[in-house]
Amino acid sequence: MTATLAPLPDETFISRLKWTLHDYRAIVGQEFTHLVRQPANFAWGLGFPIVMVLLFVYVFGSAMDVTGEGAGVDYVAYAMPGMFAMTIAFGFTSTAWAVAEAKEKGFIDRVRSMPMASSAVVVGRNIADTMHAAVDLVVLVLIALAIGWRSGGTLTETLGAFAILLWLRFALIWVGVWTGLLVKSVEQAGNLFAIAFPFGMVSSVFTPPELMPGWLGVIAAWNPVSATATAIRDLFGNPSAVGDSWPEQHALLAAIVWPVVITAIFLPLAVRKFQNLGR
Amino acid sequence: MGTTTVEASNLGKRFKGTAALDGFDLTAEAGTVLGLLGPNGAGKTTTVRILTTLLGFDTGRAAVAGFDVARDARQVRRRIGLTGQQTAVDDLLTARQNLVLFGKLFRLTKTRAGERADELLAQFGLADAAHRQTKGFSGGMKRRLDLAASMILAPQVLFLDEPTTGLDPAGRREVWDAVEGLAADGTTVVLTTHYLDEADRLCDRIAVIDHGRNLIDDTPAGLKRRMGADRLEIVAADPSDLPVLQQIVEAVADGETALDEGASSVSAPVSDPVAALTAAATALQDKRLTVADIGLRRPTLDEAFLELIAKEDQ
Ligand SMILES: Nc1ncnc2c1ncn2[C@@H]1O[C@H](COP(=O)(O)OP(=O)(O)O)[C@@H](O)[C@H]1O
Ligand SMILES: [Mg+2]
Repeated sequence: MTATLAPLPDETFISRLKWTLHDYRAIVGQEFTHLVRQPANFAWGLGFPIVMVLLFVYVFGSAMDVTGEGAGVDYVAYAMPGMFAMTIAFGFTSTAWAVAEAKEKGFIDRVRSMPMASSAVVVGRNIADTMHAAVDLVVLVLIALAIGWRSGGTLTETLGAFAILLWLRFALIWVGVWTGLLVKSVEQAGNLFAIAFPFGMVSSVFTPPELMPGWLGVIAAWNPVSATATAIRDLFGNPSAVGDSWPEQHALLAAIVWPVVITAIFLPLAVRKFQNLGR
Repeated sequence: MGTTTVEASNLGKRFKGTAALDGFDLTAEAGTVLGLLGPNGAGKTTTVRILTTLLGFDTGRAAVAGFDVARDARQVRRRIGLTGQQTAVDDLLTARQNLVLFGKLFRLTKTRAGERADELLAQFGLADAAHRQTKGFSGGMKRRLDLAASMILAPQVLFLDEPTTGLDPAGRREVWDAVEGLAADGTTVVLTTHYLDEADRLCDRIAVIDHGRNLIDDTPAGLKRRMGADRLEIVAADPSDLPVLQQIVEAVADGETALDEGASSVSAPVSDPVAALTAAATALQDKRLTVADIGLRRPTLDEAFLELIAKEDQ
Protein backbone atom coordinates (compact mmCIF):
# COMPACT_ATOMS: atom_id res chain seq x y z
CA MET A 1 0.00 0.00 0.00
CA THR A 2 1.01 3.60 -0.41
CA ALA A 3 2.85 5.45 2.29
CA THR A 4 0.86 7.24 4.94
CA LEU A 5 -0.75 10.34 3.54
CA ALA A 6 -0.31 13.02 6.11
CA PRO A 7 -3.42 15.16 6.39
CA LEU A 8 -2.80 18.76 5.48
CA PRO A 9 -1.94 20.90 8.45
CA ASP A 10 -4.65 23.28 9.55
CA GLU A 11 -3.34 24.88 12.66
CA THR A 12 -3.68 28.60 11.99
CA PHE A 13 -7.07 30.24 12.31
CA ILE A 14 -7.13 31.21 8.64
CA SER A 15 -6.31 27.73 7.37
CA ARG A 16 -8.84 26.21 9.76
CA LEU A 17 -11.47 28.56 8.40
CA LYS A 18 -10.46 27.71 4.86
CA TRP A 19 -10.72 23.99 5.53
CA THR A 20 -14.00 24.43 7.32
CA LEU A 21 -15.45 26.09 4.23
CA HIS A 22 -13.93 23.29 2.16
CA ASP A 23 -15.75 20.75 4.37
CA TYR A 24 -19.03 22.64 3.97
CA ARG A 25 -18.63 22.56 0.22
CA ALA A 26 -17.96 18.83 0.20
CA ILE A 27 -21.08 18.12 2.26
CA VAL A 28 -23.25 20.45 0.19
CA GLY A 29 -21.94 18.70 -2.92
CA GLN A 30 -23.02 15.38 -1.41
CA GLU A 31 -26.47 16.72 -0.57
CA PHE A 32 -26.78 18.17 -4.05
CA THR A 33 -26.08 14.74 -5.52
CA HIS A 34 -28.84 13.40 -3.27
CA LEU A 35 -31.30 15.95 -4.60
CA VAL A 36 -30.45 15.04 -8.18
CA ARG A 37 -30.44 11.28 -7.51
CA GLN A 38 -33.69 11.23 -5.64
CA PRO A 39 -36.33 13.06 -7.61
CA ALA A 40 -38.84 10.86 -5.81
CA ASN A 41 -38.14 12.87 -2.66
CA PHE A 42 -39.52 15.94 -4.36
CA ALA A 43 -42.54 14.03 -5.46
CA TRP A 44 -43.17 12.91 -1.86
CA GLY A 45 -42.54 16.32 -0.39
CA LEU A 46 -44.76 18.04 -2.92
CA GLY A 47 -47.46 15.42 -3.25
CA PHE A 48 -49.03 16.35 0.06
CA PRO A 49 -49.37 20.12 -0.52
CA ILE A 50 -50.70 19.50 -3.98
CA VAL A 51 -53.39 17.17 -2.69
CA MET A 52 -54.25 19.68 0.03
CA VAL A 53 -54.58 22.46 -2.50
CA LEU A 54 -56.80 20.45 -4.77
CA LEU A 55 -58.90 19.49 -1.77
CA PHE A 56 -59.23 22.99 -0.41
CA VAL A 57 -59.55 24.87 -3.67
CA TYR A 58 -61.92 22.52 -5.42
CA VAL A 59 -63.74 20.74 -2.59
CA PHE A 60 -64.00 23.11 0.38
CA GLY A 61 -63.03 26.32 -1.39
CA SER A 62 -66.34 26.82 -3.09
CA ALA A 63 -67.94 27.09 0.34
CA MET A 64 -65.35 29.43 1.87
CA ASP A 65 -65.98 33.10 2.03
CA VAL A 66 -62.61 34.55 2.89
CA THR A 67 -63.04 38.02 1.43
CA GLY A 68 -66.54 38.75 2.63
CA GLU A 69 -67.67 38.98 -0.98
CA GLY A 70 -69.30 35.56 -1.18
CA ALA A 71 -68.38 31.90 -1.00
CA GLY A 72 -65.51 30.86 -3.22
CA VAL A 73 -64.61 34.35 -4.39
CA ASP A 74 -60.85 34.81 -4.70
CA TYR A 75 -60.18 31.58 -2.80
CA VAL A 76 -57.33 30.53 -5.10
CA ALA A 77 -55.63 33.85 -4.49
CA TYR A 78 -56.04 33.31 -0.74
CA ALA A 79 -55.05 29.65 -0.61
CA MET A 80 -51.96 29.61 -2.84
CA PRO A 81 -49.72 31.72 -0.59
CA GLY A 82 -51.06 29.59 2.26
CA MET A 83 -49.90 26.48 0.46
CA PHE A 84 -46.45 27.99 -0.07
CA ALA A 85 -46.17 28.75 3.63
CA MET A 86 -47.47 25.32 4.65
CA THR A 87 -45.03 23.45 2.40
CA ILE A 88 -42.19 25.50 3.80
CA ALA A 89 -43.35 24.81 7.35
CA PHE A 90 -43.64 21.04 6.82
CA GLY A 91 -40.15 21.05 5.31
CA PHE A 92 -38.59 20.72 8.74
CA THR A 93 -39.80 17.12 8.89
CA SER A 94 -37.61 16.26 5.91
CA THR A 95 -34.64 17.89 7.65
CA ALA A 96 -35.35 15.85 10.76
CA TRP A 97 -35.68 12.71 8.70
CA ALA A 98 -32.37 13.27 6.91
CA VAL A 99 -30.55 14.00 10.18
CA ALA A 100 -32.06 10.95 11.90
CA GLU A 101 -31.02 8.79 8.97
CA ALA A 102 -27.45 10.12 8.99
CA LYS A 103 -27.30 9.39 12.70
CA GLU A 104 -28.82 5.93 12.50
CA LYS A 105 -26.62 4.89 9.59
CA GLY A 106 -23.50 5.87 11.48
CA PHE A 107 -22.65 8.61 9.00
CA ILE A 108 -22.54 11.24 11.74
CA ASP A 109 -20.24 9.04 13.83
CA ARG A 110 -17.90 8.50 10.93
CA VAL A 111 -17.73 12.21 10.27
CA ARG A 112 -17.12 12.94 13.95
CA SER A 113 -14.20 10.50 13.99
CA MET A 114 -12.56 12.38 11.11
CA PRO A 115 -10.33 15.43 11.39
CA MET A 116 -12.95 17.61 9.72
CA ALA A 117 -15.22 20.37 10.96
CA SER A 118 -18.09 18.40 12.43
CA SER A 119 -20.35 21.45 12.08
CA ALA A 120 -20.22 20.72 8.35
CA VAL A 121 -22.91 18.07 8.77
CA VAL A 122 -25.31 20.61 10.20
CA VAL A 123 -24.38 23.58 8.05
CA GLY A 124 -24.28 21.44 4.91
CA ARG A 125 -27.73 20.13 5.82
CA ASN A 126 -28.97 23.68 6.19
CA ILE A 127 -27.67 24.86 2.84
CA ALA A 128 -28.92 21.75 1.08
CA ASP A 129 -32.39 22.01 2.62
CA THR A 130 -32.67 25.66 1.69
CA MET A 131 -31.79 24.70 -1.89
CA HIS A 132 -34.35 21.93 -1.71
CA ALA A 133 -36.98 24.40 -0.49
CA ALA A 134 -36.18 26.79 -3.34
CA VAL A 135 -36.78 24.02 -5.86
CA ASP A 136 -40.02 23.10 -4.05
CA LEU A 137 -41.16 26.70 -4.37
CA VAL A 138 -40.47 26.83 -8.08
CA VAL A 139 -42.60 23.73 -8.63
CA LEU A 140 -45.40 25.04 -6.42
CA VAL A 141 -45.42 28.41 -8.16
CA LEU A 142 -45.77 26.70 -11.52
CA ILE A 143 -48.73 24.72 -10.21
CA ALA A 144 -50.26 27.84 -8.68
CA LEU A 145 -49.88 29.73 -11.94
CA ALA A 146 -51.52 26.85 -13.76
CA ILE A 147 -54.64 27.03 -11.59
CA GLY A 148 -54.95 30.76 -11.94
CA TRP A 149 -52.95 32.31 -9.11
CA ARG A 150 -51.11 35.55 -9.90
CA SER A 151 -48.84 37.83 -7.94
CA GLY A 152 -50.08 41.39 -8.09
CA GLY A 153 -46.99 42.77 -6.37
CA THR A 154 -43.97 44.41 -8.00
CA LEU A 155 -40.97 42.24 -8.81
CA THR A 156 -39.28 43.38 -5.61
CA GLU A 157 -42.35 42.57 -3.52
CA THR A 158 -42.71 39.20 -5.17
CA LEU A 159 -39.07 38.27 -4.61
CA GLY A 160 -39.35 39.64 -1.08
CA ALA A 161 -42.24 37.24 -0.46
CA PHE A 162 -40.11 34.27 -1.52
CA ALA A 163 -37.26 35.52 0.62
CA ILE A 164 -39.63 35.57 3.61
CA LEU A 165 -40.67 32.01 2.88
CA LEU A 166 -37.06 30.83 2.75
CA TRP A 167 -36.35 32.79 5.93
CA LEU A 168 -38.95 30.71 7.77
CA ARG A 169 -37.54 27.53 6.25
CA PHE A 170 -34.06 28.50 7.38
CA ALA A 171 -35.23 28.93 10.96
CA LEU A 172 -37.17 25.66 10.93
CA ILE A 173 -34.08 23.77 9.79
CA TRP A 174 -32.72 24.12 13.33
CA VAL A 175 -35.94 22.63 14.64
CA GLY A 176 -35.45 19.80 12.16
CA VAL A 177 -31.82 19.21 13.12
CA TRP A 178 -32.68 19.23 16.81
CA THR A 179 -35.62 16.86 16.49
CA GLY A 180 -33.66 14.65 14.08
CA LEU A 181 -30.91 14.24 16.68
CA LEU A 182 -33.49 13.81 19.43
CA VAL A 183 -35.50 10.97 17.93
CA LYS A 184 -34.31 7.41 18.49
CA SER A 185 -34.81 6.17 14.94
CA VAL A 186 -35.64 7.13 11.41
CA GLU A 187 -39.04 5.59 11.97
CA GLN A 188 -39.78 8.03 14.78
CA ALA A 189 -38.64 10.87 12.57
CA GLY A 190 -41.27 9.77 10.07
CA ASN A 191 -43.91 10.16 12.74
CA LEU A 192 -42.99 13.82 13.24
CA PHE A 193 -45.44 14.59 10.50
CA ALA A 194 -48.22 13.97 13.02
CA ILE A 195 -46.87 16.87 15.06
CA ALA A 196 -46.20 19.03 12.04
CA PHE A 197 -49.70 18.61 10.67
CA PRO A 198 -51.65 20.55 13.33
CA PHE A 199 -48.79 23.06 13.51
CA GLY A 200 -49.24 23.70 9.79
CA MET A 201 -53.03 23.53 9.71
CA VAL A 202 -53.99 25.56 12.78
CA SER A 203 -52.95 28.69 10.98
CA SER A 204 -54.21 31.06 8.34
CA VAL A 205 -52.93 28.72 5.63
CA PHE A 206 -56.33 27.69 4.26
CA THR A 207 -58.78 29.47 6.55
CA PRO A 208 -58.76 32.91 8.16
CA PRO A 209 -58.31 32.57 11.95
CA GLU A 210 -61.37 34.82 12.35
CA LEU A 211 -63.56 32.04 11.03
CA MET A 212 -62.27 29.62 13.69
CA PRO A 213 -63.64 29.23 17.24
CA GLY A 214 -62.17 31.90 19.58
CA TRP A 215 -59.26 30.09 21.27
CA LEU A 216 -58.26 28.20 18.14
CA GLY A 217 -58.35 31.45 16.20
CA VAL A 218 -55.94 33.01 18.70
CA ILE A 219 -53.49 30.13 18.35
CA ALA A 220 -53.82 30.30 14.58
CA ALA A 221 -53.25 34.04 14.55
CA TRP A 222 -50.05 33.72 16.59
CA ASN A 223 -48.76 30.74 14.63
CA PRO A 224 -45.50 31.70 12.86
CA VAL A 225 -46.81 30.03 9.72
CA SER A 226 -49.77 32.45 9.71
CA ALA A 227 -47.48 35.46 9.96
CA THR A 228 -45.52 34.26 6.94
CA ALA A 229 -48.69 33.41 5.00
CA THR A 230 -50.27 36.80 5.69
CA ALA A 231 -47.05 38.70 4.98
CA ILE A 232 -46.59 37.08 1.59
CA ARG A 233 -50.28 37.56 0.72
CA ASP A 234 -49.78 41.26 1.32
CA LEU A 235 -46.60 41.29 -0.77
CA PHE A 236 -48.26 39.31 -3.56
CA GLY A 237 -51.27 41.65 -3.40
CA ASN A 238 -53.51 38.67 -2.63
CA PRO A 239 -56.46 38.97 -0.23
CA SER A 240 -55.34 38.25 3.33
CA ALA A 241 -58.54 38.48 5.45
CA VAL A 242 -56.85 39.49 8.69
CA GLY A 243 -58.39 40.00 12.10
CA ASP A 244 -57.17 42.59 14.56
CA SER A 245 -54.66 40.61 16.63
CA TRP A 246 -51.14 42.06 16.75
CA PRO A 247 -49.38 39.48 14.54
CA GLU A 248 -52.10 39.76 11.93
CA GLN A 249 -51.88 43.54 11.89
CA HIS A 250 -48.08 43.49 11.72
CA ALA A 251 -47.68 40.38 9.62
CA LEU A 252 -44.51 41.43 7.80
CA LEU A 253 -42.72 42.32 11.02
CA ALA A 254 -43.96 39.11 12.65
CA ALA A 255 -42.80 37.07 9.64
CA ILE A 256 -39.32 38.51 10.06
CA VAL A 257 -39.19 38.27 13.86
CA TRP A 258 -40.67 34.78 14.35
CA PRO A 259 -37.81 33.02 12.52
CA VAL A 260 -35.34 35.02 14.60
CA VAL A 261 -37.04 33.78 17.76
CA ILE A 262 -37.14 30.21 16.47
CA THR A 263 -33.46 30.32 15.53
CA ALA A 264 -32.54 31.85 18.89
CA ILE A 265 -34.20 28.92 20.65
CA PHE A 266 -33.45 25.98 18.41
CA LEU A 267 -29.98 26.76 17.07
CA PRO A 268 -28.40 26.51 20.54
CA LEU A 269 -30.51 23.43 21.27
CA ALA A 270 -29.34 21.76 18.05
CA VAL A 271 -25.71 22.67 18.65
CA ARG A 272 -25.86 21.44 22.25
CA LYS A 273 -27.51 18.21 21.18
CA PHE A 274 -24.84 17.68 18.54
CA GLN A 275 -22.02 18.27 21.00
CA ASN A 276 -23.67 15.98 23.53
CA LEU A 277 -23.71 13.05 21.13
CA GLY A 278 -20.38 12.21 22.76
CA ARG A 279 -21.70 12.07 26.32
CA MET B 1 7.63 -2.53 16.54
CA GLY B 2 7.33 -2.84 20.25
CA THR B 3 5.81 0.58 20.77
CA THR B 4 2.34 0.80 22.18
CA THR B 5 -0.16 2.53 19.89
CA VAL B 6 -3.29 1.93 21.88
CA GLU B 7 -3.16 2.24 25.62
CA ALA B 8 -6.21 2.47 27.81
CA SER B 9 -6.33 1.93 31.51
CA ASN B 10 -9.11 1.73 34.05
CA LEU B 11 -11.75 2.95 31.59
CA GLY B 12 -15.13 3.44 33.17
CA LYS B 13 -18.32 4.55 31.47
CA ARG B 14 -21.84 4.56 32.87
CA PHE B 15 -25.05 5.04 30.94
CA LYS B 16 -27.80 6.15 33.29
CA GLY B 17 -26.76 3.82 36.08
CA THR B 18 -25.65 0.80 34.06
CA ALA B 19 -21.91 0.40 33.79
CA ALA B 20 -20.95 -0.24 30.17
CA LEU B 21 -17.25 -0.22 31.09
CA ASP B 22 -16.01 -0.92 34.56
CA GLY B 23 -12.26 -0.47 34.92
CA PHE B 24 -11.32 -1.82 31.50
CA ASP B 25 -7.69 -1.98 30.33
CA LEU B 26 -6.48 -2.42 26.78
CA THR B 27 -3.12 -2.20 25.04
CA ALA B 28 -2.08 -2.88 21.47
CA GLU B 29 1.45 -2.89 20.12
CA ALA B 30 2.20 -1.10 16.87
CA GLY B 31 1.56 -3.19 13.79
CA THR B 32 -0.44 -5.91 15.52
CA VAL B 33 -4.07 -6.97 15.31
CA LEU B 34 -5.90 -6.87 18.60
CA GLY B 35 -9.23 -8.62 18.92
CA LEU B 36 -11.81 -7.42 21.36
CA LEU B 37 -13.99 -10.45 21.91
CA GLY B 38 -17.15 -10.60 23.95
CA PRO B 39 -20.87 -11.33 23.85
CA ASN B 40 -23.50 -8.71 22.99
CA GLY B 41 -23.60 -5.88 25.47
CA ALA B 42 -20.11 -6.63 26.79
CA GLY B 43 -18.88 -3.10 26.13
CA LYS B 44 -17.03 -3.56 22.82
CA THR B 45 -18.71 -0.73 20.95
CA THR B 46 -18.41 1.56 23.94
CA THR B 47 -14.65 0.90 24.02
CA VAL B 48 -14.28 1.60 20.31
CA ARG B 49 -16.33 4.79 20.55
CA ILE B 50 -14.18 6.05 23.41
CA LEU B 51 -10.92 5.24 21.64
CA THR B 52 -12.10 6.96 18.45
CA THR B 53 -13.01 10.17 20.34
CA LEU B 54 -16.75 9.74 19.79
CA LEU B 55 -17.67 9.20 23.38
CA GLY B 56 -16.52 10.73 26.64
CA PHE B 57 -15.80 8.52 29.63
CA ASP B 58 -16.04 8.77 33.39
CA THR B 59 -12.82 7.27 34.69
CA GLY B 60 -9.40 6.22 33.46
CA ARG B 61 -7.33 7.44 30.57
CA ALA B 62 -6.74 6.43 26.99
CA ALA B 63 -4.12 7.28 24.40
CA VAL B 64 -4.16 6.37 20.73
CA ALA B 65 -1.14 6.85 18.45
CA GLY B 66 0.53 8.68 21.30
CA PHE B 67 -2.20 11.26 21.87
CA ASP B 68 -4.69 11.49 24.68
CA VAL B 69 -8.18 10.84 23.28
CA ALA B 70 -9.83 13.33 25.60
CA ARG B 71 -7.36 16.20 25.32
CA ASP B 72 -5.98 15.80 21.79
CA ALA B 73 -9.02 14.49 19.96
CA ARG B 74 -8.06 16.29 16.75
CA GLN B 75 -4.60 14.74 16.69
CA VAL B 76 -6.08 11.31 17.31
CA ARG B 77 -8.65 11.76 14.54
CA ARG B 78 -5.89 12.39 12.02
CA ARG B 79 -4.26 9.09 12.77
CA ILE B 80 -7.17 6.69 13.00
CA GLY B 81 -9.73 5.09 10.76
CA LEU B 82 -13.08 3.83 11.96
CA THR B 83 -15.52 1.38 10.50
CA GLY B 84 -18.46 1.45 12.82
CA GLN B 85 -20.94 -1.26 13.60
CA GLN B 86 -23.24 -0.10 10.80
CA THR B 87 -21.92 0.50 7.30
CA ALA B 88 -21.72 4.24 6.99
CA VAL B 89 -21.54 4.62 3.25
CA ASP B 90 -23.87 6.88 1.34
CA ASP B 91 -26.34 4.69 -0.54
CA LEU B 92 -27.17 7.29 -3.14
CA LEU B 93 -23.61 7.95 -4.19
CA THR B 94 -21.50 5.64 -6.32
CA ALA B 95 -18.62 3.75 -4.71
CA ARG B 96 -16.13 6.19 -6.15
CA GLN B 97 -18.17 9.25 -5.16
CA ASN B 98 -18.25 7.94 -1.60
CA LEU B 99 -14.49 7.61 -1.44
CA VAL B 100 -13.90 10.99 -3.08
CA LEU B 101 -16.29 12.61 -0.59
CA PHE B 102 -14.52 11.05 2.39
CA GLY B 103 -11.16 11.90 0.82
CA LYS B 104 -12.20 15.53 0.65
CA LEU B 105 -13.40 15.39 4.23
CA PHE B 106 -10.01 13.95 5.17
CA ARG B 107 -8.83 17.16 3.52
CA LEU B 108 -7.14 15.79 0.49
CA THR B 109 -7.23 17.97 -2.60
CA LYS B 110 -9.81 17.05 -5.19
CA THR B 111 -7.22 15.48 -7.48
CA ARG B 112 -5.58 13.53 -4.68
CA ALA B 113 -8.96 12.37 -3.37
CA GLY B 114 -9.76 11.03 -6.83
CA GLU B 115 -6.43 9.22 -7.16
CA ARG B 116 -6.74 7.74 -3.70
CA ALA B 117 -10.30 6.59 -4.45
CA ASP B 118 -9.09 4.72 -7.52
CA GLU B 119 -6.22 3.11 -5.61
CA LEU B 120 -8.55 1.90 -2.89
CA LEU B 121 -11.22 0.68 -5.30
CA ALA B 122 -8.58 -1.44 -7.00
CA GLN B 123 -7.15 -2.67 -3.71
CA PHE B 124 -10.57 -3.76 -2.45
CA GLY B 125 -11.66 -5.34 -5.68
CA LEU B 126 -14.32 -2.75 -6.32
CA ALA B 127 -12.91 -1.20 -9.48
CA ASP B 128 -15.61 -2.74 -11.64
CA ALA B 129 -18.34 -1.40 -9.38
CA ALA B 130 -16.76 2.05 -9.01
CA HIS B 131 -19.48 3.87 -10.85
CA ARG B 132 -22.46 2.03 -9.44
CA GLN B 133 -24.66 3.42 -6.70
CA THR B 134 -23.86 1.53 -3.51
CA LYS B 135 -27.57 0.93 -2.93
CA GLY B 136 -27.31 -2.22 -5.05
CA PHE B 137 -24.14 -3.54 -3.40
CA SER B 138 -24.00 -6.83 -1.49
CA GLY B 139 -23.27 -6.71 2.23
CA GLY B 140 -19.66 -7.75 1.61
CA MET B 141 -19.12 -5.09 -1.04
CA LYS B 142 -20.55 -2.39 1.21
CA ARG B 143 -18.35 -3.48 4.07
CA ARG B 144 -15.29 -3.42 1.87
CA LEU B 145 -16.19 0.06 0.67
CA ASP B 146 -16.68 1.07 4.28
CA LEU B 147 -13.25 -0.33 5.12
CA ALA B 148 -11.72 1.47 2.17
CA ALA B 149 -13.26 4.73 3.39
CA SER B 150 -11.67 4.31 6.80
CA MET B 151 -8.27 3.75 5.20
CA ILE B 152 -8.07 6.80 2.98
CA LEU B 153 -5.25 8.28 5.02
CA ALA B 154 -3.62 4.87 5.63
CA PRO B 155 -4.24 5.34 9.33
CA GLN B 156 -1.82 4.30 12.02
CA VAL B 157 -4.63 2.64 13.92
CA LEU B 158 -7.74 1.20 12.36
CA PHE B 159 -10.80 0.43 14.47
CA LEU B 160 -13.30 -2.08 13.13
CA ASP B 161 -16.48 -2.70 15.09
CA GLU B 162 -17.91 -6.10 14.17
CA PRO B 163 -16.63 -5.90 10.62
CA THR B 164 -18.23 -9.16 9.50
CA THR B 165 -21.50 -9.35 11.42
CA GLY B 166 -24.31 -10.08 9.03
CA LEU B 167 -22.05 -11.12 6.16
CA ASP B 168 -22.19 -14.42 4.34
CA PRO B 169 -19.04 -16.62 4.39
CA ALA B 170 -17.76 -15.16 1.12
CA GLY B 171 -18.25 -11.64 2.43
CA ARG B 172 -16.45 -12.50 5.66
CA ARG B 173 -13.49 -13.88 3.78
CA GLU B 174 -13.28 -10.72 1.66
CA VAL B 175 -13.14 -8.58 4.79
CA TRP B 176 -10.60 -10.88 6.45
CA ASP B 177 -8.31 -10.67 3.45
CA ALA B 178 -8.51 -6.89 3.52
CA VAL B 179 -7.69 -6.76 7.23
CA GLU B 180 -4.78 -9.17 6.82
CA GLY B 181 -3.40 -7.08 3.99
CA LEU B 182 -3.55 -3.96 6.10
CA ALA B 183 -1.92 -5.55 9.09
CA ALA B 184 0.85 -6.88 6.86
CA ASP B 185 1.50 -3.29 5.78
CA GLY B 186 1.97 -2.17 9.37
CA THR B 187 -1.39 -0.74 10.39
CA THR B 188 -2.40 -1.48 13.96
CA VAL B 189 -5.88 -2.96 13.88
CA VAL B 190 -8.32 -3.11 16.76
CA LEU B 191 -11.36 -5.16 15.86
CA THR B 192 -14.34 -6.27 17.86
CA THR B 193 -16.13 -9.48 17.19
CA HIS B 194 -18.24 -12.07 18.87
CA TYR B 195 -16.93 -14.80 16.60
CA LEU B 196 -14.08 -16.75 18.07
CA ASP B 197 -12.96 -18.15 14.72
CA GLU B 198 -12.61 -14.64 13.39
CA ALA B 199 -10.49 -13.54 16.33
CA ASP B 200 -8.46 -16.75 15.97
CA ARG B 201 -7.79 -16.16 12.32
CA LEU B 202 -6.95 -12.46 12.39
CA CYS B 203 -5.59 -11.50 15.76
CA ASP B 204 -2.18 -11.49 17.38
CA ARG B 205 -3.76 -10.99 20.76
CA ILE B 206 -7.29 -11.37 22.03
CA ALA B 207 -8.80 -9.42 24.89
CA VAL B 208 -11.96 -11.05 26.17
CA ILE B 209 -14.41 -8.56 27.65
CA ASP B 210 -17.65 -9.12 29.53
CA HIS B 211 -19.73 -6.73 31.62
CA GLY B 212 -17.21 -4.04 30.81
CA ARG B 213 -14.35 -5.83 32.53
CA ASN B 214 -11.26 -7.69 31.32
CA LEU B 215 -11.67 -11.44 31.48
CA ILE B 216 -8.70 -12.79 29.59
CA ASP B 217 -5.86 -11.32 27.61
CA ASP B 218 -4.08 -13.97 25.61
CA THR B 219 -2.87 -15.14 22.23
CA PRO B 220 -5.35 -17.12 20.10
CA ALA B 221 -3.39 -20.31 20.78
CA GLY B 222 -3.43 -19.69 24.52
CA LEU B 223 -7.13 -18.99 24.42
CA LYS B 224 -7.82 -22.21 22.57
CA ARG B 225 -5.81 -24.15 25.10
CA ARG B 226 -8.16 -22.86 27.78
CA MET B 227 -11.14 -24.00 25.79
CA GLY B 228 -10.90 -27.67 26.63
CA ALA B 229 -10.49 -30.83 24.57
CA ASP B 230 -12.71 -32.99 22.38
CA ARG B 231 -15.09 -35.29 24.19
CA LEU B 232 -15.91 -38.92 23.59
CA GLU B 233 -19.59 -39.57 24.00
CA ILE B 234 -21.56 -42.81 24.05
CA VAL B 235 -25.35 -42.87 24.08
CA ALA B 236 -26.79 -46.07 25.53
CA ALA B 237 -29.44 -48.06 23.65
CA ASP B 238 -30.56 -49.55 26.96
CA PRO B 239 -30.17 -47.35 30.11
CA SER B 240 -29.19 -50.40 32.18
CA ASP B 241 -25.94 -50.53 30.17
CA LEU B 242 -24.87 -47.14 31.53
CA PRO B 243 -22.57 -48.44 34.34
CA VAL B 244 -20.65 -50.62 31.89
CA LEU B 245 -20.44 -47.80 29.38
CA GLN B 246 -19.13 -45.53 32.09
CA GLN B 247 -16.29 -48.00 32.77
CA ILE B 248 -15.42 -48.12 29.08
CA VAL B 249 -15.29 -44.36 28.81
CA GLU B 250 -13.33 -43.97 32.02
CA ALA B 251 -10.69 -46.31 30.66
CA VAL B 252 -9.87 -43.94 27.80
CA ALA B 253 -10.78 -40.62 29.45
CA ASP B 254 -8.39 -37.82 30.12
CA GLY B 255 -10.45 -36.07 32.75
CA GLU B 256 -13.68 -36.42 34.61
CA THR B 257 -16.41 -38.59 33.13
CA ALA B 258 -19.86 -37.08 32.96
CA LEU B 259 -22.97 -39.24 33.24
CA ASP B 260 -26.19 -37.81 31.85
CA GLU B 261 -29.04 -40.09 32.95
CA GLY B 262 -31.66 -38.06 31.13
CA ALA B 263 -29.92 -38.43 27.79
CA SER B 264 -28.64 -41.94 28.66
CA SER B 265 -25.19 -40.81 27.74
CA VAL B 266 -21.69 -40.92 29.13
CA SER B 267 -18.96 -38.57 28.03
CA ALA B 268 -15.45 -37.50 28.94
CA PRO B 269 -12.66 -35.35 27.56
CA VAL B 270 -10.03 -37.26 25.59
CA SER B 271 -6.55 -36.15 24.64
CA ASP B 272 -6.08 -38.43 21.64
CA PRO B 273 -9.57 -38.54 20.16
CA VAL B 274 -9.01 -41.12 17.42
CA ALA B 275 -7.22 -43.60 19.67
CA ALA B 276 -9.87 -43.17 22.35
CA LEU B 277 -12.69 -43.73 19.87
CA THR B 278 -11.02 -46.89 18.49
CA ALA B 279 -10.34 -48.28 21.95
CA ALA B 280 -13.90 -47.62 23.10
CA ALA B 281 -15.37 -49.18 19.97
CA THR B 282 -13.20 -52.29 20.44
CA ALA B 283 -14.28 -52.58 24.08
CA LEU B 284 -17.94 -52.38 23.02
CA GLN B 285 -17.39 -55.14 20.48
CA ASP B 286 -15.61 -57.35 23.04
CA LYS B 287 -18.53 -56.99 25.43
CA ARG B 288 -21.05 -57.44 22.55
CA LEU B 289 -22.87 -54.25 23.52
CA THR B 290 -25.01 -52.31 21.10
CA VAL B 291 -25.31 -48.58 21.68
CA ALA B 292 -27.52 -45.88 20.21
CA ASP B 293 -24.58 -43.68 19.28
CA ILE B 294 -20.86 -43.33 19.77
CA GLY B 295 -18.81 -40.39 18.61
CA LEU B 296 -16.54 -37.49 19.20
CA ARG B 297 -18.00 -34.19 20.14
CA ARG B 298 -15.95 -31.10 19.67
CA PRO B 299 -17.44 -28.20 21.59
CA THR B 300 -18.18 -25.51 19.02
CA LEU B 301 -15.87 -22.63 19.58
CA ASP B 302 -18.75 -20.42 20.53
CA GLU B 303 -20.04 -22.92 23.09
CA ALA B 304 -16.61 -23.22 24.61
CA PHE B 305 -16.34 -19.49 24.69
CA LEU B 306 -19.63 -19.04 26.49
CA GLU B 307 -18.56 -21.71 28.97
CA LEU B 308 -15.32 -19.88 29.46
CA ILE B 309 -17.10 -16.64 30.15
CA ALA B 310 -19.41 -18.32 32.63
CA LYS B 311 -16.41 -19.90 34.36
CA GLU B 312 -14.30 -16.74 34.55
CA ASP B 313 -17.33 -14.79 35.63
CA GLN B 314 -17.74 -16.60 38.93
N1 LIG C 1 -26.15 5.17 24.40
C1 LIG C 1 -26.39 4.26 25.36
N2 LIG C 1 -27.31 4.49 26.32
C2 LIG C 1 -27.55 3.59 27.29
N3 LIG C 1 -26.93 2.41 27.40
C3 LIG C 1 -26.00 2.10 26.48
C4 LIG C 1 -25.69 3.00 25.41
N4 LIG C 1 -24.72 2.43 24.65
C5 LIG C 1 -24.46 1.22 25.22
N5 LIG C 1 -25.21 1.03 26.31
C6 LIG C 1 -25.18 -0.17 27.19
O1 LIG C 1 -23.85 -0.41 27.54
C7 LIG C 1 -23.55 -1.79 27.49
C8 LIG C 1 -22.42 -2.07 26.53
O2 LIG C 1 -22.87 -1.81 25.21
P1 LIG C 1 -21.96 -1.96 23.93
O3 LIG C 1 -20.66 -1.30 24.18
O4 LIG C 1 -22.73 -1.47 22.77
O5 LIG C 1 -21.77 -3.54 23.85
P2 LIG C 1 -21.25 -4.46 22.66
O6 LIG C 1 -20.77 -3.58 21.56
O7 LIG C 1 -20.17 -5.28 23.27
O8 LIG C 1 -22.41 -5.30 22.24
C9 LIG C 1 -24.85 -2.48 27.12
O9 LIG C 1 -25.45 -2.92 28.31
C10 LIG C 1 -25.66 -1.40 26.47
O10 LIG C 1 -27.03 -1.62 26.67
MG1 LIG D 1 -21.39 -3.48 19.64
